[in-house]
Amino acid sequence: MSKIYRFFRVPISFLLCLAVLGCATMPKGFLKPPENTLEKRQLQMRQYETRKEEEILSATAGVLQDLGFTLDDSETPLGLVVASKKCDATDGGQIAGAVFLTLLCALGGTTSNALELVDAAQVVKASVIVRPSLEGAKTTTRVTFQRIVWNASNQINRVETLNDPVLYQDFYEKLSKAIFLEAQSI
Amino acid sequence: MRKMRGYAVSFLSIACLISGCATTSQRIMASEKSQVQLRSMQTRAFDTVDKKMMLQTIISTMQDLDFVIDKADFTLGTVTGSKFLGYAVVTMTVTVRTRGEKQLLVRANAQHGIKSVEDAATYQDFFTTLEKALFLTAQQVD
Repeated sequence: MSKIYRFFRVPISFLLCLAVLGCATMPKGFLKPPENTLEKRQLQMRQYETRKEEEILSATAGVLQDLGFTLDDSETPLGLVVASKKCDATDGGQIAGAVFLTLLCALGGTTSNALELVDAAQVVKASVIVRPSLEGAKTTTRVTFQRIVWNASNQINRVETLNDPVLYQDFYEKLSKAIFLEAQSI
Repeated sequence: MRKMRGYAVSFLSIACLISGCATTSQRIMASEKSQVQLRSMQTRAFDTVDKKMMLQTIISTMQDLDFVIDKADFTLGTVTGSKFLGYAVVTMTVTVRTRGEKQLLVRANAQHGIKSVEDAATYQDFFTTLEKALFLTAQQVD
């Protein structure tokens, strides 16, 4: 028995490793609408009492430029504007934590790469869709933000959709102002 | 001696596995399903000819599904978007073209990480959501 065990030990453990690696399967149901669809719509959408989609679209492009974004792509007939911005992603708390961890490791006689793994830079992408509302003479705007965060050694730390209500409120405050300014041709 | 034999067997199994790897061109052209199967799971026909409305509804459906729209082209009738699922990026392209005089053909292609999505149920989920947004029935195309 032990002979057979010894003979097969290496290949069996190798095959087991492979089997574990093969377990990274695709999740199911990622194209089903999430439960918080309505909440997200309220967060990301606003309506304006006008049918002039193109004016809203150009005001949107203006706001994105005000925010330091550069326009990557646009398609007027469908009311799309895509823009992105590179910016700093350093977080004081995270750095303090990394310094603390490095110190602890140094005291323990080992080294830590925690300081290389902290967030360093990010690219924020904004995508805006302007389309006529289903009801009345209104135009609906919907904006979504994503970001990719790199660490200090230039690796991608994480990718995420931004859901902070403050961000969306700020954006729409600025858009309302821009629509007003452009209507007054300032 | 026994140990040597163990190593020899594992070396052989590694060699077999590596030689089984596909070449670059095979990887680029490969899909697990046949062309016909793929088309039938990715394509649906709708009884409308309003291309603009269709594209706008596709865009809002994708936004409801957490996608950020990356590109759209009205003339070609394409929309591309991406969404993040943990560390994986899902990208999807949806194309719209006319079929006969009364129908539009909608085709969705999704990719999850480095793999093409070739699961009929996943595409069905998308078309079910699109159907509800359009108030039209998605028809299977042969």
